[in-house]
Amino acid sequence: MPNKKDYTNGLPDPSQLKEEMLAKYPRKVAKKRSKAMVINDPEQNQEIAANIRTIPGIITQRGCTYAGCKGVVLGPTRDIINLVHGPIGCSFYAWLTRRNQTRVPEGGDNFIPYSFSTDMQDENIVFGGEKKLKEAIREAFEIFNPSSIGIFSTCPVGLIGDDVHSVARDMKAELGINIFGFSCEGYRGVSQSAGHHIANNGVFKNVVGNNDRPRKGKFQVNLLGEYNIGGDAFEIEALFEEVGVELLSTFSGNSTIESMEYSHTADLNMVMCHRSINYIAEMMEEKYGIPWFKVNFIGAESTAKSLRKMADYFGDKELSAKVEEVIAREMLKVKAVADVVKPKTEGKLAMMFVGGSRAHHYQDLFTELGVKTVSAGYEFAHRDDYEGREVIPSIKIDADTRNIEDLVVEKDENLFRDDLVEKKAKLEESGYEFKDYKGMMPDMQKNSLVIDDVNHWETEKLIEFYKPDVFCAGIKEKYVVQKYGVPLKQLHSYDYGGPYAAFGGAINFYNEMERMLGTKIWKLVDAPWKLEPEIVGSVTVDA
Amino acid sequence: MLLRHTTKEVKERKALTVNPAKTCQPVGAMYAALGVHGCLPHSHGSQGCCSYHRSALTRHYKEPIMAATSSFTEGSSVFGGQANLLQAIDNIFGIYEPQIIAIHSTCLSETIGDDLGQIVGKAKDDGRIPEGKHVVQASTPSYVGSHVTGYANMLEAFVKYFAFKTDEKLRQVNLLSGWVEPSDMRELKRLAGLMDIKTVLLPDTSDVVDTPMTGKYQMYPKGGTTIEEMVSMGNSMSTVALGEWGAKSAAIALDNKCKVPFSMNDVPVGVSATDRFIQALSTAGKVSIPEIISEERGRLVDMMTDMHQYFYGKRVALFGDPDTLLPLTEFLLDLDMKPVYIVSGTPGKRFTQRMEEILGDKLAETKFKNGPNADMFLLHQWIKEEPVDLLIGNTYGKYIARDENIPFVRMGFPIIDRVGHSYFPTVGYQGGLRILEKILGAIMDKIDATAPEESFELVM
Repeated sequence: MPNKKDYTNGLPDPSQLKEEMLAKYPRKVAKKRSKAMVINDPEQNQEIAANIRTIPGIITQRGCTYAGCKGVVLGPTRDIINLVHGPIGCSFYAWLTRRNQTRVPEGGDNFIPYSFSTDMQDENIVFGGEKKLKEAIREAFEIFNPSSIGIFSTCPVGLIGDDVHSVARDMKAELGINIFGFSCEGYRGVSQSAGHHIANNGVFKNVVGNNDRPRKGKFQVNLLGEYNIGGDAFEIEALFEEVGVELLSTFSGNSTIESMEYSHTADLNMVMCHRSINYIAEMMEEKYGIPWFKVNFIGAESTAKSLRKMADYFGDKELSAKVEEVIAREMLKVKAVADVVKPKTEGKLAMMFVGGSRAHHYQDLFTELGVKTVSAGYEFAHRDDYEGREVIPSIKIDADTRNIEDLVVEKDENLFRDDLVEKKAKLEESGYEFKDYKGMMPDMQKNSLVIDDVNHWETEKLIEFYKPDVFCAGIKEKYVVQKYGVPLKQLHSYDYGGPYAAFGGAINFYNEMERMLGTKIWKLVDAPWKLEPEIVGSVTVDA
Repeated sequence: MLLRHTTKEVKERKALTVNPAKTCQPVGAMYAALGVHGCLPHSHGSQGCCSYHRSALTRHYKEPIMAATSSFTEGSSVFGGQANLLQAIDNIFGIYEPQIIAIHSTCLSETIGDDLGQIVGKAKDDGRIPEGKHVVQASTPSYVGSHVTGYANMLEAFVKYFAFKTDEKLRQVNLLSGWVEPSDMRELKRLAGLMDIKTVLLPDTSDVVDTPMTGKYQMYPKGGTTIEEMVSMGNSMSTVALGEWGAKSAAIALDNKCKVPFSMNDVPVGVSATDRFIQALSTAGKVSIPEIISEERGRLVDMMTDMHQYFYGKRVALFGDPDTLLPLTEFLLDLDMKPVYIVSGTPGKRFTQRMEEILGDKLAETKFKNGPNADMFLLHQWIKEEPVDLLIGNTYGKYIARDENIPFVRMGFPIIDRVGHSYFPTVGYQGGLRILEKILGAIMDKIDATAPEESFELVM
């Protein structure tokens, strides 16, 4: 493995690396992949090819629409029965494998530890599965008595023409509970992303606005796109509670369907994961007039910044004072740990290839530790997540995404909040920004290599070139990368640790990096006799 | 309570599966293909399946699991996936250079009716398969059978494609194994080695999904059955097949194609099934059984007698795959334990017949079920009706174990919260010792944790 590059005058130019990666590809593939790799220059408005179909056989890390819909968005909601209509696999693999924690109050429903499936058999493929689906809903209702049931379509469902939406309507009428379907067949779109959109549409149409709970507290907010992996949302919830902000609903970590039903009564939506939930943020603004802005609770500085932005929005002195008090107190604790850890991590190199938002968020945490991010990318983000929301009007919707419905949302004349619209306009005049996602690329250093939908071959080349100190990705990459002697931090599952959000999470992450970047285990990889000249035995045994 | 909605009362279900005791075909095909040297599994479907299957195997082995996918889009789902697969074949051979691509299908490609044989034929005609390289295909519809069926289908595809009969007669025995761990594969080879029998083991995932840390990544590790070995299987003396669900169809295919006779055996879990395996192997290899194997057996029986008081009469619930559940049930009976509840999500009528044979008149109280709706929810309900002293199954059992405070032994697929299964066998007499160690550990830990102080024992 080559020696580390010289990083003293900024990041090395990776042009040659890019050429080497592309050289292995057939011409057409090389052309496509070339557009998905950008040698970053934050001063330029560079364009990246993203959210386009995966190249067959390339060894992508991407999943499917079903995973984005059921696995990501609805999976964390504890009191809905997520019934998967399909053969058994889809339900089995999404069974407890994402770490969305939930805290169930005494007597509350929690269906998260269960996997529900219609377990389609060949006769259901041949003769259709609607009858079995209806029967499964009846059985689920009778045994579990849920308040809502969501039906998730898998690949064969769309092909054989089962209409999950009409089944949902019929069964809703028959059983009198909220039942709704999602056409999230795995082949729709090009990745998990289409599933997010489909889930957003379904939840917005069938859940949001179903319950007008009377107002509680002075400041009511929703947190959108926070899935409580390893308890992240618990950290954030505790902060809101302490400063006196009523968190109505989180989409969807530690959530209930009921909380989503009254989420439209919030004064503000804060968006954590832009990719998965910006649709609901936009639709809630159109229908109810609720403004939204992007927050980031990954990184202590980012957390402080996000809390201040929230306090500024409400313009309440008492709230601002409380927020400052909490920040000052927590930052002391954070600094104490950072002071110990940073000298050990300063100057180390990180790479991150994670879903649709963390590859950006976690750069803040690494920056706090003096770790440089040399290369990053998403599996399934869109151009706006890389380049910023201002490019949205110029994004071409291609044939693979065209069939994902864009809901037409109209203003709700009764519930629309003109006061919030006015508030927003006033704040904007004073330079306050809403819908303010600038994307990952402007935040990254010059010459960092940004790669969308990175594949196995490119991962190998990246490791060879940069020899990073830590590689951040998922379970499929973990042991591949570690065989090279490079530690991998899973930023989907957190390697079963966490939380990493907010101040407490930052401390956990610092400690985790101290462990990972400081361990001597990697020095044991080579057996001593591979490093030293071999001692030749003086006795030979001849059988 | 984690599983707070699980009621004691069993309501008959026809349509709803809750907490399945199986998963779908392709992951089995992927696992089987990993047991062939220089092979890259390929999933012909939308990419979600491939990612899920790779993740499931990765979590189980804590090892790299490679596979490619056709990455269907909506367009290919309507017009067929031929273009995707041809492109994938080009890219895989061009970029990743495997010796073999082993293609399996998913419910998507099966429902739209893609003909894998025809597409692979076209790839060959178009010159897309480089000289000396191979593309093998197996149809693995997820709406039929279970992951074990997928394993069997891929195994069958390999022997059909590679095994070849010539006039040469080889003094070797084919070993076709049902779904077992790399540690078990090693154990099978070790036992054959002790008996001085040359075997070809297919598949062989040892040295593939249990590789050492060297600081270098190898996309195709040194393990796996080689092409030469698979070709030679057609000239072997006979085949010893282990596990009806996992290995029988391949054994039949080998017999049909190359006239290699086979004996059908249980996966050698426990004393009796290992006894039969050793005898089958000695017959197949025409060798007598060496003393060293009798000694290994003796050590296992010794432990059974030494610790009998802790086994006797204990009620056990178990779930998993039929090929291992059947001999495990037999082993528990050999220990005078009571396997009272048994479920397997994998369908097959032979399950009932074999269970009845094994249970005989020993255990009228045993409830067992397999196929759709034979799930862990039902197993848990049975446990709630009348409790058990031990639970054996994959990681998902831990929720039941915690709720009901039952000593729990992890066996089967997937085990994603502990290690050991890839390094220490559960087959053979050695594997029997390990199973007993685990059972005793679980039972005794509970005794230690709950015994009143005055009867807390130092020696057990």
